[in-house]
Amino acid sequence: MTTQGTQPDLLYSEEEEALRAAVRDLLADHCDAGRVITRTESDTPYDPALWKALSDGMGLAGLLVPEEQGGQGATHREVAVVLEELGRAVAPVPYLTSAVVATEALLACTGEDADALLTELASGRTVGALAVALSAAPDGAHRTVRDEGGLLYGELTGIADATAVHVLLVPAADGGLYAVDASAVTVTPQISLDLTRPLATVTLDGVRGRRLGDAGPAVRRGLRAGAGLLASEQLGLADWCLTETVRHLKERKQFNRPVGGFQALKHRLAQLWLEVVNTRAAARNAADALAAGSADTDVAVAVAQAYAAPVAVHAAEEALQLHGGIGMTWEHPVHLYLKRAKADSIAYGTAGAHREALARLVDLQAP
Amino acid sequence: MTDAAHRGGAPDATELRRRTRELLAAHPPLETGRTAFLEARFDAGLAWVHYPEGLGGLGAPRTLQAVVDAELEAAGAPDNDPRRIGIGLGMAAPTILGFGTQEQKERFLRPLWVGEEVWCQLFSEPGAGSDLAALGTRAVREGDDWVVDGQKVWTSSAHLARWAILIARTDPDVPKHRGITYFVCDMTDPGVEVRPLRQITGEAEFNEVFLTGVRIPDSHRLGEVGDGWRVAQTTLMNERVSIGGMRIPREGGMIGPVAKTWRERPELRTHDLHQRLLKLWVEAEVGRLTGERLRQQLVAGQPGPEGSGLKLGFARLNQEISGLEVELLGEEGLLYEDWTMRRPELVDFTGRDAGYRYLRSKGNSIEGGTSEVLLNIVAERVLGLPSEPRTDKDVAWKDLAR
Repeated sequence: MTTQGTQPDLLYSEEEEALRAAVRDLLADHCDAGRVITRTESDTPYDPALWKALSDGMGLAGLLVPEEQGGQGATHREVAVVLEELGRAVAPVPYLTSAVVATEALLACTGEDADALLTELASGRTVGALAVALSAAPDGAHRTVRDEGGLLYGELTGIADATAVHVLLVPAADGGLYAVDASAVTVTPQISLDLTRPLATVTLDGVRGRRLGDAGPAVRRGLRAGAGLLASEQLGLADWCLTETVRHLKERKQFNRPVGGFQALKHRLAQLWLEVVNTRAAARNAADALAAGSADTDVAVAVAQAYAAPVAVHAAEEALQLHGGIGMTWEHPVHLYLKRAKADSIAYGTAGAHREALARLVDLQAP
Repeated sequence: MTDAAHRGGAPDATELRRRTRELLAAHPPLETGRTAFLEARFDAGLAWVHYPEGLGGLGAPRTLQAVVDAELEAAGAPDNDPRRIGIGLGMAAPTILGFGTQEQKERFLRPLWVGEEVWCQLFSEPGAGSDLAALGTRAVREGDDWVVDGQKVWTSSAHLARWAILIARTDPDVPKHRGITYFVCDMTDPGVEVRPLRQITGEAEFNEVFLTGVRIPDSHRLGEVGDGWRVAQTTLMNERVSIGGMRIPREGGMIGPVAKTWRERPELRTHDLHQRLLKLWVEAEVGRLTGERLRQQLVAGQPGPEGSGLKLGFARLNQEISGLEVELLGEEGLLYEDWTMRRPELVDFTGRDAGYRYLRSKGNSIEGGTSEVLLNIVAERVLGLPSEPRTDKDVAWKDLAR
């Protein structure tokens, strides 16, 4: 279990770089920081126009869905590149939740209902979410709802992007995963630390759902892909923090010198660069393992999440500190990155939870 | 790979494989003898295939060396013990290739590669470490010779070396980087005295070298007079870019022995050590992946700046892992294998005990550029941050405060 078979491809292909450039262009036009900050205080924290451009315009919602089911038939490698750019822009779109986690959960199901829903999610015109708390780890526990006489009852908290979705994939106590229309449940927004990926409570009071398949493997698959690809979002986020801070410190002068010329700060930025470089290797490795269906996927995902989460938080915290007073303001976007990074460090399992998973996977057992 | 190899008629993988088999047929390794085989291999251009023809190479892409090495290894051919002659291979050879005369290349490269002549590097001095250009060893021109006086330090292999690459001050009246010249020094000459330098581990892996009236012929100068700093940059760059075609398996570094001890000796486990071990295991694996990513970039012909950071990462990681290992061993961690002064030919981290690993790895953040200097290099060359103001830039070396 401590050696792996085939070598992962850790580079970006030309096609992946072209995809990155296209997504970055789109985000530059539609997702500048000022707009994101304004939007966080509106009634629709997510950006439907941006979502439409990404999904309808570029077909990105269907990257993981096979072509015969209306998707692009691409892999986790391309999705990872998209997530790097979305992380760099702290884009308020339900991409990770709908196009990755909910889509992966559906890919673990069989049957007409699941197939039809998959095709709808691939188009982006229907947005879905797995009704499991954002904090749940792939191997961790999660809540379920009661099923009584064919109807579902219960309350689920911490559901990411629930306010943006049309359909929820709900795990029930009978072991099934059910599709439930968002219009049939009560979605109550929670005041969330991360303003760009808000959470909500979902209350089901005797709702009829369509059974899609077994919840166990579907939830696990969804959360595992979510955790592995979240590392790419964290990479993009950390990279933005580093780049922006370096830019700022080259311009900002104190004591009649650019602040970036002081060794105490240079060393902190060089250290951060090293962490970002390492995160890129770990995130690429996880994306490649998921894409290849490698036997090493569980290890690759746990390593990526155990490493990337603290790096993203560190990058955002350094960015705030090194921007000085301006970093503490609402108008400067660094707070969006700090809030997203800290929330991401809990999403799909903390670094600690992933290290515990590794202890089992690589045979380094606790005392 | 094969198409990319056809640069200006350079041999491709197929051609190299054919030539390797030809060498093996003409000089069966088991009957030929070690040195004779290595000489034949050098003469066939299969020593370092990216070097020019006649100098041990064929002008082929560097990445194709792996093709030759694999064929030779499969046939049980001897290698040139690259770890033992690392300074010659990694530092002296690329510098001689880059700056030497044809005569110098023909004289030095073959015995260097074959391992008949070991090399050492006379760069660091007691007063010139991170600020290497401040060096004070003097070389004064006398007819066709240079007369060298000074002291060098941290010289590994000096007690084994036949030759040294040496930098010395030839003009004290110009700013420090401009008055340095680069030489090849004969270690058997009168006036060269090598004294073992015993270290923290109890061993004398390095030496102090005292140079007193050593005469070096001008024909052993590498590059122009006063251009030694630029020549030395080639050496130093090659020292830091030692990562190449090597693929490291998971747990291939210092984390390996610790993980093994953890698995085999459950009585040593504590919760605190478990948390730290898992964290370091993750960092070791991520460091390995970064190295692998750099390797893939090099093979794809898109070298990235990642190499600048690898040594930094490994230095800190080695120190933390070996520190954890000593603690994990508890009562045994209080013991040390052997304090006898010995003179090892190699630094062997894996074959030694935890206490040695802990002490020796402290040097990882100092040797080959301190971590502080490497962080400056990353900050300035990769991130483009300004350098700190300098007071020594336009001052003649002789006028510097010291």
